Amino acid sequence: MVSIKEGSFIPLYGATSQKPLLVKSFDMDIYPITNAEFLDFIKKNPSYSKSKIKGIFADKSYLTYWASDFDFGKVNPKSPVTSVSWFAAKKYCECQGKRLPTMDEWEYVAMADEKKIDARTKKEFNAYILSWYEKSRMYEKEIGQTFKNYWGVYDMHGLVWEWTADFNSIFLSGESRKDKGNDKNLFCGGASVNASDLMDYAAFMRYAFRGSLKAQYSTRNLGFRCASDVKVQNVNF
Amino acid sequence: MYFKMKKIIIAVLFLAVSFSSCKESDKKSDAAATKKEISDLSIYNLPSKWTTQDGKDIELKNLRGNVLVMVMIYTSCKAACPRLVADMRNIEKKLDASTKRNVKLILVSIDPETDTPERLKTFAIDNQMNHAPWIFLRSSEENTREFAAVLAVNYKKITPIDFSHSNIISVFNSEGELTYQQEGLGVNNDKAIEVINQQARKI
Repeated sequence: MVSIKEGSFIPLYGATSQKPLLVKSFDMDIYPITNAEFLDFIKKNPSYSKSKIKGIFADKSYLTYWASDFDFGKVNPKSPVTSVSWFAAKKYCECQGKRLPTMDEWEYVAMADEKKIDARTKKEFNAYILSWYEKSRMYEKEIGQTFKNYWGVYDMHGLVWEWTADFNSIFLSGESRKDKGNDKNLFCGGASVNASDLMDYAAFMRYAFRGSLKAQYSTRNLGFRCASDVKVQNVNF
Repeated sequence: MYFKMKKIIIAVLFLAVSFSSCKESDKKSDAAATKKEISDLSIYNLPSKWTTQDGKDIELKNLRGNVLVMVMIYTSCKAACPRLVADMRNIEKKLDASTKRNVKLILVSIDPETDTPERLKTFAIDNQMNHAPWIFLRSSEENTREFAAVLAVNYKKITPIDFSHSNIISVFNSEGELTYQQEGLGVNNDKAIEVINQQARKI
């Protein structure tokens, strides 16, 4: 894990005001969880294997590409595990003494490129993210082959989508008047496409995807990584 | 200070328990296997602990054997929640008198920080809901997030006192399986009533 320093940012979506949002310091996994790592977890927790997992925790597509309960088949062991439900991802992190990152934490880390904490206004950065959205089967690649960002974290863009702890806090269906924000601008489509439009579009894709998820769902391009609160040392009880 | 210590000890114990639960043992199903096993789709698979408005700690599976009608709200809510509560009351009014005892109407807080058991109790009394079949529940933020995930309820804290949330009333059969969901405010509840009464008759 690497440590992510406290900071403020304005999320592109899901924010209710234009005020910067404070993200407290936390630790984040450098890479998404791999097939090999997930297999280790399943060996210790067979109730999360594909044949044993309970229907309330995962739908039928859970680990569909795995050959059997304890065999992920022909995929690269160091490729990210996908087709996992939110419940399974959450349990994995808990068993490591960690947790899933919140959406704000995830987005905060994801806005960094190699050099800057917030590269969201850079045209090349957005073009890179969007070009990945167009590529298929990137989930077959090994972890750590995309760029290392400012924090030392890899694969936030370019490999797989990732679960967040509070993915179910998105409102794009019009349930909440307050959260709708600028969505209509996206749908109506301005004539010009500048860097900030691209930036909005890339983020909108992520938020819209999260908004479409249910915790039991699992899809082939959706993986996860873990985070944890900064470990406090020398605590005197 | 004493209380703080106690809380820390409890937290540490709780952590120890939750970590150890990550290594599954081959233990056979729970001691008294008199009841049939909890089904795959049952909410009784959730291990989370909840506290009622009376300060009583329960697990969801303690409610097994009842039809559960559940909604997620928060007590400081001024917008949709009063209407959701009204929708729940309207359901209560139409329950079959003969099988009503098999139904629990449950309000789950999405704001556990504010909604302490005391606060839930006050809300229950103020709304004349401090009696069966009404139950108010709160848990940790994490357990609440998980429970919402099961119900496909989305919610988000938008200010220190306000939340956006889905308006969904969920019906679970006596085995804790999601049987019906009513979405929206003030919608026609005929179908929900039919399902609830039908499930309650089976018990």
